[in-house]
Amino acid sequence: MIFEIGIYHYTILSAFLFFTGVFGIFLNRTNLIIILMSLELILLSVSINFISFSVFLGDITGQIFSLFILTVAAGEAAIGLAILVVYFRNSGNINVNEINKMRG
Amino acid sequence: MFASILFFIFSFLILASALLVITSKNPVNSVIFLIFSFFNAAGIFLIAGAEFLALIMLIVYVGAVAVLFLFVVMMLDLNFEELNKKTNFVKTGIITTGILITEMIVLFVYYPEEQSFIINKNNELNSLTNTEMIGSKIYTEHFYHFQIAGLILLVAMIGAIVLTLRHRDNVRRQDISSQVSRDQEKNVELKDITFEESE
Repeated sequence: MIFEIGIYHYTILSAFLFFTGVFGIFLNRTNLIIILMSLELILLSVSINFISFSVFLGDITGQIFSLFILTVAAGEAAIGLAILVVYFRNSGNINVNEINKMRG
Repeated sequence: MFASILFFIFSFLILASALLVITSKNPVNSVIFLIFSFFNAAGIFLIAGAEFLALIMLIVYVGAVAVLFLFVVMMLDLNFEELNKKTNFVKTGIITTGILITEMIVLFVYYPEEQSFIINKNNELNSLTNTEMIGSKIYTEHFYHFQIAGLILLVAMIGAIVLTLRHRDNVRRQDISSQVSRDQEKNVELKDITFEESE
């Protein structure tokens, strides 16, 4: 029965969201802001996975770890955007292909 | 039945808006679709029964992260036409994502019959609400993780401030410590005045 929502539906949704995020990183190689947004999508998919397994296994620990993922995502967005602003201030563009100042 | 239909609507909207996030020409539209995607994810969490995380997700993402993204997009003076030039990484992306999808399909097809995880339905915490369950676990078993999460937020805050703070040379600023630490010996000079004797 397709209308019974089970763990498979949540897992498939999370998997496709993850694929969308990974594809977005490759698709927008010139725009660093959209790469950061793709990272947020990937973290959201991981969060959906944690929460669905937490609900279906009857264990609350998954939701607690989803809370920690939320914390790390917020910190990552803050520091990533700060680095982006500083880089834009110094170089004038945010093209990822031209970021080679450190010659790494 | 109603929850199932809602689940399909929400998940379709999440995937559609995620696709619009990564294909949109204008980063402002991308941020708007990201907000929409998180709204629908909060709906998915509500259907799953994790209402605390659904509302936290709305507060954190829509209230903080999305505003941060919008602020940065509008603050940077970007040339959108130059940003939208597609690069030769699309083929690499399709190959990588195709490998991921193939792996996931293989996992779903050859899923083992017997489920090896333990379903813990008779938990003593199951009579509590979702928020009470999270609270009763997070302040006891996961207390150190909770503290470390607070530390991560502190480090992120200090890091963002240190990265973006700059001092321009031609701006006069208030130097509070030198104001407070003024004392009489350094700033007031007492001189003995000798009067000339008048005739």
